[in-house]
Amino acid sequence: MQELSSLVEQALAEVAECAGLAALDEVRVRWLGKKGTLTEQLKSLGGLPAAERPAAGQRINDAKARVQEAIEARREALTREEIERALAAGRIDVTLPGRGERRGGLHPVTKARLRIEALFQRAGFDVATGPEIEDDFHNFEALNFPPNHPARAMHDTFYFPDGKLLRTHTSPVQIRAMLERGAPLAVVAPGRVYRCDSDMTHSPMFHQIEGLKVGEAVSFANLKAMLHGFLQAFFEQDLAMRLRPSYFPFTEPSAEVDMSCVFCGGEGCRTCKHTGWLEIAGCGMVHPNVLMASGIDAERYSGYAFGMGIDRLAMLRYGVNDLRLFFENDLRFLEQFRTL
Amino acid sequence: MKVPYSWLTDWIAVPWDAAGLGERLTMAGLELEAIEPAAPQFTGVVVGEILSAEKHPQADKLRICRVATGQGEPLQIVCGAPNARAGLKSALAKVGAVLPNEVKIKAAKLRGTESAGMLCSAKELGLSDSSDGILELPADAPLGAALRDYLHLDDTILDLNVTPNRGDALSIIGIAREVAALSGGKLAGPAVRAAGAAHAQTVAVHLDAPAACPRFAGCIVRGIDNTAATPIWLRERLRRAGVRSISPVVDVTNYVMLELGQPMHAYDLAKLEGPIHVRFAEAGESVTLLDGRTAQLQPDVLLITDAAAPVGIAGIMGGARTAVSAGTTSVFLEVAYFAPDAIIGRALRWGLTTDASQRFERGVDPAGQQRALERALELIQSIAGGEAGPLVLTESEAHRPVRAAVTLRRAQLARLLGAQFEDRRVRAVLEGLGMRVAPLPEGWRVEPPSHRFDIALEADLIEEVARIVGYAAIEERDAVAFERVRALPEAAPSEQGLLEVLAARGYQEAVNYAFVDPQLQQRLFGDVLALALANPIASDLSVMRVSLWPGLLRAALENQRRQRDRIRLFEHGARFEQRESVTREIDTLAGVACGPRMPEQWGLPRPMREPADFFDVKGDLEALLAALSARAEIRFEPQSHPCLHPGRAARVLREGKPIGWLGELHPSLVRSMEFVQVPVLFELDWADLALDRPAYREISRQPQVRRDLAVVVDESVPLSRLAERVALVASSLLRDLRVFDVYRGPGVEEGRKSVALGLIFQEFSRTLTDDDVARLVAAVVADLRVSFNASIRE
Ligand SMILES: [Zn+2]
Repeated sequence: MQELSSLVEQALAEVAECAGLAALDEVRVRWLGKKGTLTEQLKSLGGLPAAERPAAGQRINDAKARVQEAIEARREALTREEIERALAAGRIDVTLPGRGERRGGLHPVTKARLRIEALFQRAGFDVATGPEIEDDFHNFEALNFPPNHPARAMHDTFYFPDGKLLRTHTSPVQIRAMLERGAPLAVVAPGRVYRCDSDMTHSPMFHQIEGLKVGEAVSFANLKAMLHGFLQAFFEQDLAMRLRPSYFPFTEPSAEVDMSCVFCGGEGCRTCKHTGWLEIAGCGMVHPNVLMASGIDAERYSGYAFGMGIDRLAMLRYGVNDLRLFFENDLRFLEQFRTL
Repeated sequence: MKVPYSWLTDWIAVPWDAAGLGERLTMAGLELEAIEPAAPQFTGVVVGEILSAEKHPQADKLRICRVATGQGEPLQIVCGAPNARAGLKSALAKVGAVLPNEVKIKAAKLRGTESAGMLCSAKELGLSDSSDGILELPADAPLGAALRDYLHLDDTILDLNVTPNRGDALSIIGIAREVAALSGGKLAGPAVRAAGAAHAQTVAVHLDAPAACPRFAGCIVRGIDNTAATPIWLRERLRRAGVRSISPVVDVTNYVMLELGQPMHAYDLAKLEGPIHVRFAEAGESVTLLDGRTAQLQPDVLLITDAAAPVGIAGIMGGARTAVSAGTTSVFLEVAYFAPDAIIGRALRWGLTTDASQRFERGVDPAGQQRALERALELIQSIAGGEAGPLVLTESEAHRPVRAAVTLRRAQLARLLGAQFEDRRVRAVLEGLGMRVAPLPEGWRVEPPSHRFDIALEADLIEEVARIVGYAAIEERDAVAFERVRALPEAAPSEQGLLEVLAARGYQEAVNYAFVDPQLQQRLFGDVLALALANPIASDLSVMRVSLWPGLLRAALENQRRQRDRIRLFEHGARFEQRESVTREIDTLAGVACGPRMPEQWGLPRPMREPADFFDVKGDLEALLAALSARAEIRFEPQSHPCLHPGRAARVLREGKPIGWLGELHPSLVRSMEFVQVPVLFELDWADLALDRPAYREISRQPQVRRDLAVVVDESVPLSRLAERVALVASSLLRDLRVFDVYRGPGVEEGRKSVALGLIFQEFSRTLTDDDVARLVAAVVADLRVSFNASIRE
């Protein structure tokens, strides 16, 4: 009995010395287990007079409680330490690169084309396509280019021995669309086109998009609004646009489309050759001969058409200064356009 | 076309300066391509007269000249030009003058002799690219006058781009007509006086092809001196228009062509034999042209002939035999109208584009021959003298081109342009363009002038109105929207979506030319038929691609050369399949992969650092195809292909239909093309990449049971056959079959392989018992033993 306080002292000392949860459990069993030293003390109560038993029992239970409390406190501390050790050991360098595949991407001309298509689709145009190997009828004749016409010479056409040719523009899709769908219609036709011409600013293959709208009251004023709206939406800039009279056999009136330079805002810079304007498209009202060749009543319907270089739009949009880069497939170039 | 501003002002008062004029013409459809001064900047150069020219005592080639300037004492000038001679008036740069390129003239000593300035050549003044002496000015040039003033050098040249429909604008008078239409001004050209005939000699002209040549004006000029100097004002105008001075007669014909747009030709009368015929060539005929070339003629080529033979190709180029030379004393002048149809396209056969052919192809005013001839006669006589005979106009009245009147409807004008115009304004615009306009109830009856070949339809007139009023005057107006829902076929996958599947797996889109090197194509595909271009730009871009692989392999090689070790490229475009004479254009999606499976990175297990092989790209294709359909059966069947490794090539089938190829490049090509790593290639037909609309299937709530089996079979047994048997035996209870290992080595006999299969079973309506599963597995095992002589590894 007299030893109880020294027993408690000893138990507390052992608890304090425990370095791990396992050791702590051993200490608990040794002191508080069924056969633990302090538990054993209760058995000695039987030797005491009955009157002293409750008080003695109470002291023993108090002692057990003190030790139990110390063990709990120690367990908590040890658990915390253990978690902290685990955390410290599990620390990683979050700045190391992530694992897995690296994304590729679409070609900048495709990106520009999809954006152009999407804009015209929002304006009610369908996307149409046509073959790249064309015949004279669709590429020239139906577009009001008479045989031997000087305008044909401007096209630098690639021919095949059988008289077929690589389309020089996407305009033949106009003819195909009108013959297939009739009026009214609104289509854009993107695609690859070919001219036998190759230098700094010309590639023998490049990309155009053609637009065609035919309806009962389609006017030149509508054409202007559509093109201006498109250019502003494509470049997300408040651009000025002007139309200059020009000549294409398949439109009348015909126009070249200039927009204020996207780089200098019209002040004049190298890209716009200090004119403040960039030539960006050709357009006009569909020539009555073309409507007729496509089976459309030119008295009832009128239409507008336009054509633009997708490569040029992509160059201006992404700041690419050399057309040839688009066709060299240099990964260092292509990878710059990886974003969606 | 080059238009000197000062020449234009001979014809009309231009209310704008040169830049303003260029802007106005551009906005009316005659695009200003360049604007440049007629001469570079220089100062201090005056008209001087050489009074004497003595040989320099110390230098053979130098002359000491005394030059009068009209003021003060004559100046002593040392000059090296061979034509420096007494009596000559020339350009004198005085001390203090500044020549082009900032050359400053100072008093100098040449071989010990003082020189107070410099006599200048045309080249030194920037008036010519070459000179063989100092500038020779006419005797009446005013002494001491500033050269810039005397030659009107403070002039501007507008270089205009004339579109092919506007043959009428290929002349000074044509541009002047445009200015008149834009400004409301009136043309006032130099008056031409019709001189009387001084003799009666003529050349008979027969129009044998009157539809091709309905008008021919001719005249003989006798007794000219074709060695006379063309006056400097005329030479200056030719120079500014970009034409070289040759001889008085040729210079005048060029001058009149530039001014009036009417090409003409001068024959040496002494060499011309008998009457002229204008006829189409006969088969086998040929003619030697002015430039010395002999042109073989086809029957659609219009000729000018004399009694002996052709003397020129009509409207394109004269012949050598009757060419005018310095010794020519009499000429026959031809001023004809040739129909565009008779000229178009012919000149290009001999690689020619002449000033004449360019104009006749586009259309020359059929009413302008007489005036042009009179203008030429007047100029020739004033320069080279001579006597003109009667001016003879041979004409086939019935074939003279007529401009039909065109009706312009007020309502159509407003409808097509989307804008309203006052009647007065419309009429003024048309009349300003030289049209005869009569009012009609619905609009106007318009008769175009003879020089306007491009006005035949109402739309042509509408364009004229819009062009002169200005496109800017037509306000933008939104169309009435099409309020109609358009089809959106679900089976057509979004192009972007599909391409993005490849992009997400590391592939970068490429764009290659559709024509490729026939040699490369042959190396890859053997003697495949390919469509060849008749006029390729280069021999290595001369046949149409039968596959996208030649372009992709080339692009991969280029990138390998740029030190890229991991390359993933794809392309979407047409390939061109040739079967006999039929070409099929096939929309194709193709790709190439070479280099490590994964980009270089840390913490990657060894196998993932290996070069990509067939199965890596197969995984890419499966991902692509899985994006299109959850249920379509996809098979890869071993099949040989000329450019693929025979044991590593497969045809891709979707629902049994071949849709493409997958394989590793043939080892001999890997070596010969110098690939460092083996390219794996795929190609799919875009049309077969249809999207299957997802369809919901009931989900089973029962637990799944998995059993793994290691099946040892001969190497020759493909997984596809194992899977077929397992599926057959386990039938509807097999939910999934996974392959989680293929092993060869210790424990497995040589020539055999162990395939580890994970079989996942599930019954839809009830939970499978262990007994059920054991029976199923036993049945599968028994079947595999029989079917493939398989053994099961424990
Ligand atoms: Zn700019």
